[in-house]
Amino acid sequence: MTEAVEPDFDVIVVGAGPAGSVAAYRLAQQGLSVVLIERGEAPGSKNLSGGVLYGRVLDQVFPGFADEAPVERRITRHVTTFLTPDSAVSLDFRSDRLAEPVNAVTVLRARFDPWLASKAEEAGVFLMAGVRVDALLTEPGPDGSPRVVGVRAGEDELRARVVVAADGVNSFLARDLGLRRTEPTNHLAVGVKTVLRLPRAVIEDRFGLTGGEGAAHAIVGDCTLGIGGGAFLYTNTESLSLGVVLRLDDLVRSGRTAIEVFEHLLEHPGLAPYLRDAQVTEYGSHLVAEGGAAMVGTIATHGMVVVGEAAGLTINSGLTVRGMDLAIGSAIAAADAIVEAVAAGDVTASGLAGYRRRLEAGFVLRDMATYGRAPKFLERTGMYGAYGELAADVFHGVFGLDTTPRRHLLGVARRALKESPVTVRQLISDGWAGVRAL
Amino acid sequence: MSERLAANRFELDEEESHIHVDQALCRSTGTGAALVAVCPAGVYSERDGEILVDYAACLECGTCRAVAAPGALTWHYPRGGFGVTFREG
Repeated sequence: MTEAVEPDFDVIVVGAGPAGSVAAYRLAQQGLSVVLIERGEAPGSKNLSGGVLYGRVLDQVFPGFADEAPVERRITRHVTTFLTPDSAVSLDFRSDRLAEPVNAVTVLRARFDPWLASKAEEAGVFLMAGVRVDALLTEPGPDGSPRVVGVRAGEDELRARVVVAADGVNSFLARDLGLRRTEPTNHLAVGVKTVLRLPRAVIEDRFGLTGGEGAAHAIVGDCTLGIGGGAFLYTNTESLSLGVVLRLDDLVRSGRTAIEVFEHLLEHPGLAPYLRDAQVTEYGSHLVAEGGAAMVGTIATHGMVVVGEAAGLTINSGLTVRGMDLAIGSAIAAADAIVEAVAAGDVTASGLAGYRRRLEAGFVLRDMATYGRAPKFLERTGMYGAYGELAADVFHGVFGLDTTPRRHLLGVARRALKESPVTVRQLISDGWAGVRAL
Repeated sequence: MSERLAANRFELDEEESHIHVDQALCRSTGTGAALVAVCPAGVYSERDGEILVDYAACLECGTCRAVAAPGALTWHYPRGGFGVTFREG
């Protein structure tokens, strides 16, 4: 195929988050010329996540990365809590098996993303920061649908054989081409987060940690005032990441504001022992796509692939919230498919079809399918109110010795269930749905 | 709320706002109320039936875009180099 205009680069990558930087790195490593365009003044400056990276996939690109990269803590403790206004019932999993090999780490993106981008630069990627891409350059493609040939940023135009859209959950690039539909609000959530500074030793004492160990708390129930979603509390080296994730349909229906719910979380007595004397150092938010496999639209078209959150690759299973690992997995798949397509001289949608094939063969699209039912399950309302109350009543019945004669546990549970709005039928139905969805 | 935002660093684009609302559509579609509800930065507020936009406080998450009815809101990222800069993330 002859090109009308000689491209400036083999590949333009838009967005220097984990998806963009890993794709750029891997492309450059395999000999392609790559420009990485980032709208923030530096990589990471526009990026925010809750903060847990399930990093095994990054070891495939940078073996032993956790020893070198600016990661915060290695998560060896996962606590899942049902919170009510005056009680908390938790499942606490801690294991040395999570420490070696490193399973998950907390990261602060303004520190972690620059490291990833610097790896790409070392591999020969040309980084352009502080530049917002305004539009795609397209020409009519082989089948009449547009073929992407580059990008426009202000007055400047850059051309490439392939564009990688790694421009995040809002992906204007994928939307402008009609690759992503408008998501229904029950598949979207807003994450609101603050970073709270605390001395290292105080964090380790409060969360029961030693050395570089970290804890990840997932909380449901009264922390969101019963709105679909949950809260998280993660330990960094010298700070905590505290946030809520609120499903947009439920938030709007509730008549409350995201700010109100976040303030309720900050002042919740159940969290007070962890947060005492902590200083707010930053406040941010992030839109979260939770639609599962249904949100993944077309991810390869003539001259362009879509990776990471831009492709709708996020999973909220209720227990784990994942984005960065899927972003990295998709970046590896996309880069290898692009190398193959450029070598074969066919960068049309069919030439780039190796991208989806790789995603389907690996964990990314398999996990998206496995947790395909999770969003629907998490819409069941008992999770956010009544179940926490029920569990707290059962345990209060066990531990609250008030000099009245004791009952067997089964009797305590029966009575708590009778007084709860939850029905046995609902419990069984939700339990079965949960087992199937998660 | 304003205390928390004050901890952030913003580079204000004095020349152009990256957010525009269509007041009539915001009213008729209920988008106005949804914007006020979902924005974690309090960018949107309502006074006498009009939606006011304090674009300087925007955290650039795009949640407003996701709840807006077609045409009621035009939201883009700020120009390169402007807007919020996270130092933690």
